[in-house]
Amino acid sequence: MIAENHYEPAAPAAENIAVVTAGDYLNKLTGERIERECKDRLEQGCRELVVDFSQTEVINSIGISILLGVIDSAKNSGAKVVFSELNDDSAQLFESLGLTNHVTIA
Amino acid sequence: MIEDRTKLIHAFGALAELGSEVANKNSFQETIRTSLHLISGALAIMRGGVARYSRYGHELNMLAVRGLGDDFPLSLSLCLEDERQFIANGLNAIETSQAKVLPFFQVYDRSLESRKIELFVPLVVRDEIVGALFLGEKATSLPYTTYEKEIICAMGRHIGVAIAQRNLMAEIERHAEENRKLVDDMRTTYNDTVKAFATAIDCKDKYTEGHSVRVGKYSEIIATELEWGPQEVEGAAVAGYLHDVGKLTVERKIINAPYRINAKESAELNKHPGVGYEILLPIHHPYTNVPLAAKYHHERLDGRGYPDGLYDREIPYIAKLVNLADSFDAMTTDRPYKARRPAADVVDDLRRNAGKQFAPELVTAFLRGMLKELTGDNKEKRFRKLLGREYMEAEGIVPILRTALNEMTPTSPLTYINSEPQAEGPTIL
Repeated sequence: MIAENHYEPAAPAAENIAVVTAGDYLNKLTGERIERECKDRLEQGCRELVVDFSQTEVINSIGISILLGVIDSAKNSGAKVVFSELNDDSAQLFESLGLTNHVTIA
Repeated sequence: MIEDRTKLIHAFGALAELGSEVANKNSFQETIRTSLHLISGALAIMRGGVARYSRYGHELNMLAVRGLGDDFPLSLSLCLEDERQFIANGLNAIETSQAKVLPFFQVYDRSLESRKIELFVPLVVRDEIVGALFLGEKATSLPYTTYEKEIICAMGRHIGVAIAQRNLMAEIERHAEENRKLVDDMRTTYNDTVKAFATAIDCKDKYTEGHSVRVGKYSEIIATELEWGPQEVEGAAVAGYLHDVGKLTVERKIINAPYRINAKESAELNKHPGVGYEILLPIHHPYTNVPLAAKYHHERLDGRGYPDGLYDREIPYIAKLVNLADSFDAMTTDRPYKARRPAADVVDDLRRNAGKQFAPELVTAFLRGMLKELTGDNKEKRFRKLLGREYMEAEGIVPILRTALNEMTPTSPLTYINSEPQAEGPTIL
């Protein structure tokens, strides 16, 4: 199953909060869509971006780069980024790379 | 320790992916963009860029950027001192804060500092700068470690090679384009020279003025109808233009004799194919068969031609083609001792002599070309320009052409050298 089939657009959430679901393999294909979706949401005035990793098994370097782009965009917009439902491997990777310094883990 | 191992595995994964990306035949721009993602993601670098060096403009032009903002310059120039230092440094990471002595870092200090560019990596491949990496702070906010710099340099080597390969390809393409233009110029010069020669040949024979030029054009028509490639068509035209070059050595009074020449004069005239061959042979023609066309354009399939009385397949194909064009022009132009023949007669002559004098498939191609023009299937009016409208549109010519084409077979019924079954001819309705 390719990752893009598992990508789900941002779900409607509470006001000013957007939930974006990552696919099972966060690579360039899915990553760039997430980045675009997040930017759209930020431009629409979203104050909190929740990236849902519940379906995500693997994140490669391109995925990390994309997430850094999301973090940077959110910072520039004064919004908060939340990573939710991370598995242990992803959590460990984010921790070791320092991404957790910039987001809230839920 | 576990944390370090996770980082290391992640970084090696990025290095492997980068190697694969560079080896793939993706577009160059896409490869560079992906490379920047991989290098940023490998060590969680918040922002950065990949630039390509122009040795003509002495500047680094950004190919891909992430998080550098709109203010960051897209083109950064290097002075000779910068170039010298970067080449001496090789493909090793330079900490921008430690390199402010170099003019480059002084000039771009504000841009680099405002975007927190911590590392600058000149991409040096085979002692040449091909590009550079600009890398900002990491997500950890910690300084780059030695092993992280080594990973960056390893990835930089892949990106450098990708840029060097692209530069090499661009250089090859540029040279190929220059060569193509040069060849085109030379071909134009050659063709102009050939046409000038044809005119010179025709000047010698006041009664057949324009003969060589017309034979060249008829040869071109036949080759086009045979669906030859552009270069082969051009070659056929040249063979037609130069087929009578040997006549330059024949006495003018023989060529211009207003009567049927005697045997002695005829023997003199008949030397012109061999002489033409000798003239054309030392020239390096872009088309191989030009001298052979001159030598054998009076040979016939039935062996009754000259100078060597060759049969069918012994005769070079281009000579058969020029022979048809030459004979057609002889029949359709006024001679001092003979008026030109009506088009219908000429068509009939070609049909009757197909397989005896002429290669049938060539006659078919030629007549088909004529018919296409008369029926409007070909708008070029090639025959009309050469023969005149009145001659070409003589009453009854179209049905005569159709009948002739229906009767023609595409291969010779007289095969003296190698007997093979004959194919059925096309039916033109």
